[in-house]
Amino acid sequence: MGFVTPDYGTIFWMLIIFGIVMFILKKFAWVPILNALKDREKSIADALNSAEKARKDVAGLKAANDQIITEARREKDIILKEARDIKDKIIADAKNQANVEAQKSIEYAKQQIDAEKTAAINDIKKQVAELSVLIAEKVIRKQLDNPKDQEVLVEDMLKDLKLK
Amino acid sequence: MTAEYNEKKMNQIIRPLFIIILVIFLGTGFVRAAEESESTTETSQPEGFNPGKFVIEHVSDAFEWHIATFGETEISIPLPIILYSSDKGWNFFMSSRFHHGKETFNGFRIEHKGKNEGKIVEVNEQGEVIGLPVDLSITKTVAGIFVSVIVLLFIFLNIAKTAKRRVNKAPAGMQSLFEPVILFVRDDVAKPAIGEKKYERFMPFLLTLFFFILINNLLGLIPIFPFGSNVTGNIAVTMVLALFTFLITTFSTNKHYWKEIYNPDVPWWLKFPIPLMPIVELTGVITKPFVLMVRLFANMLAGHLIVTVFVSLIFIFNVKMGVEAGLGVSVLSVAFSVFILLLDVLVSFIQAYVFTLLSALYFGMASPEHH
Repeated sequence: MGFVTPDYGTIFWMLIIFGIVMFILKKFAWVPILNALKDREKSIADALNSAEKARKDVAGLKAANDQIITEARREKDIILKEARDIKDKIIADAKNQANVEAQKSIEYAKQQIDAEKTAAINDIKKQVAELSVLIAEKVIRKQLDNPKDQEVLVEDMLKDLKLK
Repeated sequence: MTAEYNEKKMNQIIRPLFIIILVIFLGTGFVRAAEESESTTETSQPEGFNPGKFVIEHVSDAFEWHIATFGETEISIPLPIILYSSDKGWNFFMSSRFHHGKETFNGFRIEHKGKNEGKIVEVNEQGEVIGLPVDLSITKTVAGIFVSVIVLLFIFLNIAKTAKRRVNKAPAGMQSLFEPVILFVRDDVAKPAIGEKKYERFMPFLLTLFFFILINNLLGLIPIFPFGSNVTGNIAVTMVLALFTFLITTFSTNKHYWKEIYNPDVPWWLKFPIPLMPIVELTGVITKPFVLMVRLFANMLAGHLIVTVFVSLIFIFNVKMGVEAGLGVSVLSVAFSVFILLLDVLVSFIQAYVFTLLSALYFGMASPEHH
């Protein structure tokens, strides 16, 4: 059998065997294997995609969380600021009111003091007058007992009158 | 192809081999070294050693599967002979009836010389050749194809079973060994050569082709029965493979393909009055599969030839210069044989890849997009 002369018997068998093998392998091996490969590739791609999606979702969630936290912090700050303002206002109001009250008390005290003072002065005046009258009565009574003295007194009084 | 052409071609193959032998003969010293077991198995009759015949017989097709020869006893597996002649009708018998080609059975015998050398001829009672029967025998090559096909089916039906069982799971067992190769054929051969859209149709053929060639190449390197038959180094086998590629290419053509052949975009004087380019293009249609056929055949045949030549060197030295020279050379021969065999492992992969890649390219070219 020559090398370069194709033997028709071999060609015949080769055609049949190769044809049948190709048919069998196609039907029972290549199609299932290639389909399995494709399915697996698809499932891997899907898994990767969903992982990516989940990652994005988590990132989105995180961003939302951050936003909420920022918002809350801002709100907290606002509330604190308001509280501080209110506190300051209350303190200021209280101070003012206290001042006003104090002022009022002082005023009242002053008036009271004035009134008391006036009353006291009046009282003193009255007592002085009574005392004067009393003294004068005693003096007069004593002096009139003696006619001489009576004369001296009248003179003195007349002097005073003159002086005035 | 005629017998003369055949003989010429044979000489062309054998002559370079003798040059190689001569170069090694002159170029290497005679190393007397340790005994090699290989030289003892086949040195039964060193006197009559004919290296050309030895080498050719080892790579040729045969009607029986020769395993070893011990003295006068030849050990071989008989193969079925299937013949049809107009006189005797269908004949089925085992090749052992020929007694290693020495006897005539039922009016048939294997011709050993002349223009029908190596073929089965029909003879009359006087021993004269009266005709050639239609020979559909299961020869060594065909038996080798059967063996490789069994291996092929075993491997891939198994993988398909695993693939069906383990849906969407990582590959297991043999699947993990072959899946990268399948993916390679799909992603690096079929997809770029044919295109994303059309490649799927050709995948079964390309995969069958790739693994058929690869497994036959590799099994052909194992020199133990039932492997080692020179399947891909047989031109009939590669011819059928190339024929499949040619037929599939031709049946998947579109009108742009034929337009490029009959009316290519070249200056008009290349097409009229002498249709130069169409002739060139049409030749290309035939040469493409022809080149596929010859490339695979020649590569695998050459690998087998060189290994056998290195082995036969031992016997040449044994005969010409004595046993010591034979033993000495056997060291070198074995070393070179091992080197060539390893090279052949590489070549096995490369040739399977090249055949598949070129087939895929031809399929891709068969239905080009209009440009």
